[in-house]
Amino acid sequence: MKARVTVTLKSGILDPQGKAIEGALRSLGLAGVSSVRQGKVFDIEIEGGDRAKAEALLKQAADKLLANTVIENYKVDVLG
Amino acid sequence: MKAAVLVFPGINRERDMARTLRLISGRAPAMVWHADTELPHGTDLVVIPGGFSYGDYLRCGAIAARSPIMDAVRAYAGKGGLVLGVCNGFQILCEAALLPGVLMRNENLRFICRDVYLRVERSDTPFTRGYNAGQVVRVPVAHGEGNYIADGETIARLEGEGRVLFRYSSPDGMIDPNWNHNGAINAIAGIVNERGNVLGMMPHPENHVEAAIGPTDGRGLFAGLVDQLAKAA
Repeated sequence: MKARVTVTLKSGILDPQGKAIEGALRSLGLAGVSSVRQGKVFDIEIEGGDRAKAEALLKQAADKLLANTVIENYKVDVLG
Repeated sequence: MKAAVLVFPGINRERDMARTLRLISGRAPAMVWHADTELPHGTDLVVIPGGFSYGDYLRCGAIAARSPIMDAVRAYAGKGGLVLGVCNGFQILCEAALLPGVLMRNENLRFICRDVYLRVERSDTPFTRGYNAGQVVRVPVAHGEGNYIADGETIARLEGEGRVLFRYSSPDGMIDPNWNHNGAINAIAGIVNERGNVLGMMPHPENHVEAAIGPTDGRGLFAGLVDQLAKAA
């Protein structure tokens, strides 16, 4: 089964990299972007077809490693 | 002193650390590989040195913090054993939840490699007994992610409990944004855990211990630990 875990910074956490990207977009002449925050995407292949088990496994993976829950949120999407 | 220096793939400051420990304690430390599951018998100081463990992949120190040896370090720290984490070592301790908070990208996004001044906030700890409270020391930093961040509650607790041991300062000990190269909250450069036996710091005291090379302000940290452990023995 294919799954995707998206990790993003919690709101309120400063993101200087996001700010730098914002500035770069502006200097490219792309007006109208008011803010950018950078996150991470993990594309994961899970063995077997049990959806609930896959979600539980991915939540564990996110809690234990993929996200630093001090500063990051995560979203788990099992794509089937 | 019976020190153990942890080595993870990508760590590159273990030899500087081992040299300093040998010079100041008179005894070469054990070099412990990350895949080991036990610390050497009788270890009384665990040091996690600097570098780029696992290439800083995922997050700095994230993968190293989940290495087999860290379970042994956790148990050892749980019994009050002294742990010193420097730079990547500080990041690893935060990722391992042995210290609160997180080290994020330097505010100006640059890797900063130069000497900084640190104010030693208190001298009544095993790590700082070799200094005077309020003393300013000069030590090098070399990091891209040294910006210490934690939520308001954690910062209040750290400050309230006197757990900030080192702060970035001016040469005469003033806390000032111009002397905080990475933007760390409250200019925090080094903190201890609740029990006071685990210290994480971004600067490299181990690189300022030999007069032939430069300042020797880093000596006090290690000499103080040797003293502390000799007393306890």
